[in-house]
Amino acid sequence: MNNFEPLIAVFSCHYCSYAAADLAGSSRIQYPPNTRIIKVPCTGRISVNHILRALECGADGVYVAGCLEGTCHFVSGNFKAKQRVQSAKSLLGEINIEPERVQMYFMSAAEGSKFANVAKEMTETIKELGPSPLKGTNTQ
Amino acid sequence: MSIQDLIEKTKVSFCQDCGVCTGSCPVSRVLPGFSPQQMVAKYVLSSDLGMEDEVLGEQDVWSCLTCALCLQRCPSKVEYLEFVRGVREEAFRAGNKITHAHDGILQTITQMQTSGLPQNRTAWAREAGTIKEEGEYYLFVGCVPYFDVLFKDMGVSPLGSASDMLKILNKFGIEPVVSDEERCCGHDMLWSGNVDLFKELALHNVELIKRLGCKKVIFGCPEGYLTFKEYYPLYCTDMGLDAVHFYDLVYDQIQEGTFQLSPLEQKVTYHDPCRLGRMAGMYDSPREIIASIPGIKFVEMERNREEAVCCGISCWANCSSYSKQIQMDRIKEAEATGADTLITACPKCNIHFSCALSSAEMGLEVKDLTQLMASAMGI
Repeated sequence: MNNFEPLIAVFSCHYCSYAAADLAGSSRIQYPPNTRIIKVPCTGRISVNHILRALECGADGVYVAGCLEGTCHFVSGNFKAKQRVQSAKSLLGEINIEPERVQMYFMSAAEGSKFANVAKEMTETIKELGPSPLKGTNTQ
Repeated sequence: MSIQDLIEKTKVSFCQDCGVCTGSCPVSRVLPGFSPQQMVAKYVLSSDLGMEDEVLGEQDVWSCLTCALCLQRCPSKVEYLEFVRGVREEAFRAGNKITHAHDGILQTITQMQTSGLPQNRTAWAREAGTIKEEGEYYLFVGCVPYFDVLFKDMGVSPLGSASDMLKILNKFGIEPVVSDEERCCGHDMLWSGNVDLFKELALHNVELIKRLGCKKVIFGCPEGYLTFKEYYPLYCTDMGLDAVHFYDLVYDQIQEGTFQLSPLEQKVTYHDPCRLGRMAGMYDSPREIIASIPGIKFVEMERNREEAVCCGISCWANCSSYSKQIQMDRIKEAEATGADTLITACPKCNIHFSCALSSAEMGLEVKDLTQLMASAMGI
């Protein structure tokens, strides 16, 4: 299991966390290459099903990275995302998949180092949990 | 099955063009242009002209609520539901998919269950009451644990009903088996045309229940009950399992007078779910249960029993302003009876009416029959 390299889907908002990822890159901060970033206009766009489908399609973990609480460009998108992440975690609990595979993070556009730390933290967590039990089961 | 075979099998050619189905259809009332009769005529014509592929891409087959009201009233006994189910199967194969409500979360969960994951279904049951590993009775929990997560902010508690059901069963001396390996009954997949997934779920469930040595399967949800009773035997030959509805069990116990109910001062009305009423033919047990609670005043809605109207959505798909109109119409009818509580016997009807009520200012409450029973039994 030591050489297991997880695949992690990241839903990043255009205004904050995607800019933070950009900053992490231009500041040459190192972080694990396991994340695959999907840019969304606002994390309020993410529904529970996006998270579930990402897992079903082979991701070992998923996290949503939105603006700091209270600073969403669209006022409350990140709060909506927070609730939906919570729902997704509860649903995963029901079908016996570790809820820790799904997380919600908040960061500002200036926090490139936080983006890198979150990516490291999440990669560590998923490495400990091992591959997703749903991996390779998607037939559609 | 080709549309031509389906037309013959479901007696569609017996249609007299009388239009009773369109006049009865709750969707036709709110969605101009939708008509069961014209839809059938379209498929017959396309089959005659050899243009089946073109009509299979159209959306109107998904608008049907499969509530069986047209079937109830059709003078020629055209098997409209079977026809719609068959067309949906073909349309699904042709790549025409139903529009999922709630962004398809519930469909994804169903799909995930086929991957052989052991689930976390028994934790609540161990807290709520006594269950066994093997035995005569199997309690089919169904989808309520997921509904509970998704809809609890609406004030509904589907898992609460399931816990109450288990507690009541325990009180009757029945300790059912509940299994982590149970899968969704597949009802929604069957009616969305995804028959391959339905078959997979059905075979898994039957094999599991047999392996646990159970003979009778208790259902609290009308959809699971109907699917198990009517549609599983189509794909699983030689099941040897009995589907029992929880309300029938309760009704038997009431007749034997085995338990005491405390009085409830409420005026209630009852909504017949289409799966339980028209499709499974169970009208009396829920009414007898309500009537057996002392102090309760029961009033019927104008459209009741065979004539009851659907709650507006089936199989978590196509939720729209039309569904809302159908729901509002129904809850206004319930309010007009002067009742303070609308009793439902289906977790989905309960969720849909609660959703409609949350945007309406009405002094009406929606409650599940099992939960009403539990409060009368002091559980």
